[in-house]
Amino acid sequence: MGKTLAEKVWDAHVVRKGEGEGANAQPDLLFIDLHLVHEVTSPQAFEGLRLAGRPLRRVDLTIATEDHNTPTLDIDKPIADLTSRTQIETLRANCKEFGVRLHSLGDKEQGIVHVVGPQLGLTQPGMTVVCGDSHTSTHGAFGALAMGIGTSEVEHVMATQTLSLKPFKTMAINVEGTLRPGVTAKDIILAVIAKIGTGGGQGYVLEYRGSAIRALSMDARMTICNMSIEAGARAGMVAPDQTTYDYMQGRPHAPEGADWDAAVEYWNTLNTDADATFDVEVDLDADALEPFVTWGTNPGQGVSLSAKVPSPEDFGDENAKAAAERALQYMGLEAGTPMKDIRVDTVFLGSCTNSRIEDLRAAADIIRGREKDPNIRMLVVPGSARVRLEAEAEGLDKVFKDFGAEWRFAGCSMCLGMNPDQLEPGERCASTSNRNFEGRQGKGGRTHLVSPVVAAATAVRGTLSSPSDLESAATGTLTGIAV
Amino acid sequence: MEAFTTHTGIGVPLRQSNVDTDQIIPAVYLKRITRTGFEDALFAAWRKDESFILNQAPFNAGSVLVAGPDFGTGSSREHAVWALKDYGFKAVLSSRFADIFRGNSGKQGLLAAQVAQDDIELIWKVLENHPGTEIKVDLVSKTVECGNVVAPFEIDDYTRWRLLEGLDDIGLTLQHEEDITAYEATRPSFKPKTLPAKVDAL
Repeated sequence: MGKTLAEKVWDAHVVRKGEGEGANAQPDLLFIDLHLVHEVTSPQAFEGLRLAGRPLRRVDLTIATEDHNTPTLDIDKPIADLTSRTQIETLRANCKEFGVRLHSLGDKEQGIVHVVGPQLGLTQPGMTVVCGDSHTSTHGAFGALAMGIGTSEVEHVMATQTLSLKPFKTMAINVEGTLRPGVTAKDIILAVIAKIGTGGGQGYVLEYRGSAIRALSMDARMTICNMSIEAGARAGMVAPDQTTYDYMQGRPHAPEGADWDAAVEYWNTLNTDADATFDVEVDLDADALEPFVTWGTNPGQGVSLSAKVPSPEDFGDENAKAAAERALQYMGLEAGTPMKDIRVDTVFLGSCTNSRIEDLRAAADIIRGREKDPNIRMLVVPGSARVRLEAEAEGLDKVFKDFGAEWRFAGCSMCLGMNPDQLEPGERCASTSNRNFEGRQGKGGRTHLVSPVVAAATAVRGTLSSPSDLESAATGTLTGIAV
Repeated sequence: MEAFTTHTGIGVPLRQSNVDTDQIIPAVYLKRITRTGFEDALFAAWRKDESFILNQAPFNAGSVLVAGPDFGTGSSREHAVWALKDYGFKAVLSSRFADIFRGNSGKQGLLAAQVAQDDIELIWKVLENHPGTEIKVDLVSKTVECGNVVAPFEIDDYTRWRLLEGLDDIGLTLQHEEDITAYEATRPSFKPKTLPAKVDAL
C-alpha cells in the first residue's frame, strides 16, 4: 500500500525503529535536519547541556534568532526590560559558548524564527524541522515534517540531533474550489479549526490538499500550516510543487547546481501516493468560504464575518456551552450582535502567521488612498528585518505611515506581548496573529483573529470589516490580494 | 528524573475545558532563565480572582488537578509543566491532553493521566461535595481512586515505563549513538547546513 507524504518523510528519518508493534511499540528515534532556537525556550536546555558536560552535537544544523522578547522600537538602545534583556544576553552567551549561529537584534537576518528559516532557504521539502515553539508547524508548508517541542526536547535535540517520537495518525484536509476575492489562507485555516475544534487534530499530522491549496503561494501555505497547532495537530504539511521550488531557488541556503537537480528529483517523490489512505479526511468548500473571524477565547470559536456572535445555547455539548458563556463574558460581547458591529481599538498586523511580504502587500493594497478610523491604533510589525527592508524598497512603509499606522521593527511583538507591545485591560484588537486566549496580547486584552485584509479593512472602518465593505470609490483595488 | 509509582493527595476540580498554556503560565513569566521557582506563576491571572479554586482551602494544598477536556493546548512552553510541578502538583487528570503538553509532562515526571470524561464528572462531584478528598493515582495499575470512584486511566506504555523507572531520555538515546552516526553518514549532500552562513549580514 502507498504512503502519505507525512509517512514518507517520517520513514526517511528513522535512525532506529522502536521495538514492538501497535500501541505497545516503543517510539522511533528520528533524525532532525534543522533545529531552530530562540531566547525563550532555550536557556534551560543550554544549562542542561552544561551541567551534564555534553556538547551540542550538530551546530551546523542549528540556528538561533532573537524574536519573542525583542522591542520593535528603539532597537539600537539597550532593552529597557531587565528580564527581557537578561534572556537575550543569555542566548548570546550560550550561542557563543556552543558555537551556534545567531542572528541578533539589528542584524539584517534577524526576525521571527519561522519567518527566518524559510527566507534563508534553510527550510526545504522532506526535512524534519523542530523548534521550542509550537508554531514550528509553519515549515510544513514546504512538505517538511515540522513540529514544536518543549525545552526538555530542545535539550535532547541539542545533545543527540534526534527525537524519540511515536508515529502520528494522518488526517487529510481537502480544500477544493476557488477562493473569492478578499478570502484568504487565514480564512481557510480559521474555518478548519472551527470545524474540527481545538482538539480535533490531536495525535495527527494534517496534510492540506486540493485545488484551493495548490493555488496558494508559499506565504499563504505557511499561514495555513502555522495554525495547525491551533487545531491540536503538532504538524501540518503541503506537498511540494513548482510553487515551492520557485520560492526556494536562489535563496542563500538552497541547493545549487547538481545538488539542486538531485534535490528536485527527491522532492518530486514527496507526495501522498494515490493508493495511500488517511486515518481521517475532512472536506472544506473553498467556493463557499467567507472571511472568517473569532468571537471567543480559543481559535475554534470562530464564525463568518457576516454572522452574529453565537449564543451559548447554540452549543449542544455542556463543556462547549460553559466555555462559550465564559468567553462571551471575557470578550464583553452579547450573543446575537452582528460581528461587523463590533468596534475595535487596535489593529495588529504581524506574527509568524501573517507578517510576510505578501501579507503586508495585501493589507497595503486595501488601505492605500484610504483614511484610518481616527480611534484606531494600528501596529505593523514585519516578520523579519529582511521583510521590513523588502517592504521599504516597495514603498509599503510609506503607505502604512501615511495611513497613520505605526511601522515597527521585526519580532513576535503583540502576538504574545513579551515585549512592550501589549493591549490594555479591556482593549479590543483585530489581530492577524494565531491565538485569542485570555490575556494573550496583554492582561485583560480582547483578541479577534482575522486575516491581513480584514485587519486593514477594520482599520479603515473602525469595526470588524471585510474588504468588500469598503466603498469602491477609493483607489484600493481587490486585484492582487494574496490568498 | 524522580521515579513515579503512586501518589495520593488532595484533588482540585478545575471545571473548565481548553485550559491553554497561556492560562497555566502567562508569557510574562517566560522571561526567566531558570528551570525552577515558577510556583508563583501558575494560573497567575486566574489566581488574582479570590474565588479561583486554588485560592480556597483545602484546594490550595492540592496535588492532583482534575481538569476539563483539551488541557494544555497552545504554546509549547514547558514552563507550564514546571509551574504545575513547582506549585506541588504531581498529576493532572483530563479526558484529552494537547500533544506537546503531554510530552513535556512525561519528560518532567508530571503524570498526565487520561481519564474518561464521565469519570472526570464523577470525580468533580466528589471533590465539590467533599472538599479535601484525596485522590490516589496508581501508575502501576493505571487507576485513580477518589472517594467511592475508581476509574482507569490511559497513558502510553513507553512513558509509563520511563516514569516508573525515572529514566533520563538523553541518556537512553545516547546508548544508540552508533546508529545516529551511521544515519548521519547517509544524509544527501543537498540537505542544507546552517554553517558556514551564506549571508553577509552577521
